[in-house]
Amino acid sequence: MSRGGPHGDGGPAGPGSAGPVTTTRERRAAHGWQDSVREYVRDLRGGVRDGERGPLLVIAGLIVIWIVFQGLDDKFLSPRNLSNLSVDIVGTGLVAVGIVFVLLIREIDLSVGSVSGLAGAAFAVLNVNQGVPEWLAVIVAVAAGTAVGAFHGFFHAWLGVPAFVVTLAGLLIWNGLTLYLLGASGTINIDEEGLVASLTSRHFGSDLAAYAVATLGTGGYFLAARRRRSRHLATGMPYRPGGEIWLRTGLLAVVAFAGAHTLNRFQGLPLALLIFLVILVVSDYVLRRTRYGRRVYALGGGVEAARRAGIGVERVRVAMFMVSGTLAAFGGLFVASGLTSASPTTARAAGSGMLLINAIAAAVIGGTSLFGGRGSPWSVLLGVVVIQSIASGMGLLGVQDAVQFMITGGVLLAAVAADALSRRAQARRGRP
Amino acid sequence: MAHPPVLALRGITKRFGGVQALVDVDLQVRAGEVVALAGDNGAGKSTLVKVISGVSPADRGIIEWEGRPVQVKRPHDAHALGIATVYQDLAMCDNLDVVGNLFLGREIDRVGVLDEVEMERRARDLMRALSIRIPDVRMPVAALSAGQRQAVAISRSLMGAPKVLLLDEPTAALGVEQTSHLLDLIEGVRDRGMAIILISHNMGDIKAVADRVAVLRLGRNNGLFDVSTVTQEQIISSVTGAADNAVAHRSKGGEEAWP
Ligand SMILES: Nc1ncnc2c1ncn2[C@@H]1O[C@H](COP(=O)(O)OP(=O)(O)OP(=O)(O)O)[C@@H](O)[C@H]1O
Ligand SMILES: [Mg+2]
Repeated sequence: MSRGGPHGDGGPAGPGSAGPVTTTRERRAAHGWQDSVREYVRDLRGGVRDGERGPLLVIAGLIVIWIVFQGLDDKFLSPRNLSNLSVDIVGTGLVAVGIVFVLLIREIDLSVGSVSGLAGAAFAVLNVNQGVPEWLAVIVAVAAGTAVGAFHGFFHAWLGVPAFVVTLAGLLIWNGLTLYLLGASGTINIDEEGLVASLTSRHFGSDLAAYAVATLGTGGYFLAARRRRSRHLATGMPYRPGGEIWLRTGLLAVVAFAGAHTLNRFQGLPLALLIFLVILVVSDYVLRRTRYGRRVYALGGGVEAARRAGIGVERVRVAMFMVSGTLAAFGGLFVASGLTSASPTTARAAGSGMLLINAIAAAVIGGTSLFGGRGSPWSVLLGVVVIQSIASGMGLLGVQDAVQFMITGGVLLAAVAADALSRRAQARRGRP
Repeated sequence: MAHPPVLALRGITKRFGGVQALVDVDLQVRAGEVVALAGDNGAGKSTLVKVISGVSPADRGIIEWEGRPVQVKRPHDAHALGIATVYQDLAMCDNLDVVGNLFLGREIDRVGVLDEVEMERRARDLMRALSIRIPDVRMPVAALSAGQRQAVAISRSLMGAPKVLLLDEPTAALGVEQTSHLLDLIEGVRDRGMAIILISHNMGDIKAVADRVAVLRLGRNNGLFDVSTVTQEQIISSVTGAADNAVAHRSKGGEEAWP
């Protein structure tokens, strides 16, 4: 999708953009469509040679996972299950997008699971127990996440405490606060007809909605790519061949319309998925196309260089933790929405680290590096689908929690190992 | 000389914990002049560069710009005055491409949105003007050779048409041809009226392009010579301390012993 192509109009040399030194765009631009295909496939593969992980391996892995679970239970690939999957990914996915912002500056936020639990509980207590209007309770809950992020950012950026310690402390603090808030009332059921419940229950019944989003996404991608190409060519600069744009658009269209069709065979486009996609588009745009986003990548690629270039390193750091806290809280509302409740049990689960691990795994599986400066919010989409597919499949098969924990942990370990290996390949190829 | 110094340092002092990196250092450079800064490892040359460029401000001392005292507390201050720097370690953002590094911190944008096409065009023009050969300006700098990185760092420093250029051992990573290319470049910008402070251990480079040479030793001024009249031996003995003059001896007496 919008992953930085090999020469993705520059900017952060995003996934796949580190072609070998000999690959000049001049050469590429002159070639025919066969080369477009070959180059594109190479981008997708990325892989150890370039020191970049293209998504191809993960896509292959996802297909294998789907085939295996479909073989074990033929309900797995049913429109109902896939539609539910597309809603279930959103809570974790939003949290993971926040993690991407922090990973890009080469830090980590271990508190996101607790913060999402806190937001769900804060919303439930305010709305149900205190009678605060829903919209206001939502704003307060999300703002609480922002404030928590600012708090972490302050300790990290201005006092110099390593981020993992600050956020590890935060993990316990915010989980404690959540349990404290819920302590008096125990489980709080949220209004099943309300705003927050509808975040995950609302579907756009009309087939038109899903197809419109697919058309908009594909068309928008195509037009943006064409526009960039013509601007480059107008100034006499090379750009990826037109054939490659068609190819990318074609693949995107296939995925988008197949997805829309599947969703329409159940209840139509889920509101949750639409919100998730919008947040992905916006955050990807901010990170890769704006001056501010460039600072974020710069910080992950070299703090000293960023500082000398006059970038306010501390301020960017605080901002990233604020984004992470905000998205964790927002994701927490989707989790609460799915459960239609906030309870001490779910709060303990939020503090147990399952959501945290899933979110980190989703970001890293999709291609965002733990070592900073590489990746994009889009990586989360692929990663979270993988993670949620495994969880959903294990759920269908009735795999017990103990085994699920081990498998989830193992998946995270495999993803970060792949990340570390590709980084080593990179260090061998270029400078560290 | 007729020109007033564009940049003058007076009594610059900086310590790192127990290490006196700079003690009462004075230095001046005029427009259209190359001042070489020589000194042994650890003499404080890079520290002085970072003081001037605002990366790590001095504890004490005055920086004068075109005759007026100025505050240089942040890299931004130095950049705003027209001071550009090529640091010894060539710190770059390895994940960004050449264009991204060239424009880091001063990207061209339209209401916050990067204008990649314009930045790439200017990057190409700049590289061409400086006859720097980089296979592709969209290559991540992680894939560049040390010499190519050096070239990118120098291009970056020249981009804003600065008035003072600080070069911290710019020839260290360069081959013979690239070194002479760089020295030509230095003479070129000098002739266009830029003031240059060139740090180098290489006496040949210093003799080739510098007008004056200032020597630092153990964080203090240890001689200022006119390159046309000084011999290589005189510079070297000043660098190594064989020519410690009376003033240097006296002021040293009050300080703690040096290792
Ligand atoms: N950030 C720092 N923290 C502590 N000490 C430092 C720091 N930077 C420099 N120093 C010390 O200051 C002194 C001067 O260092 P500086 O890097 O300026 O030397 P230099 O003249 O550039 O040497 P070289 O020729 O090796 O580059 C050294 O003793 C060094 O250890
Ligand atoms: Mg030095």
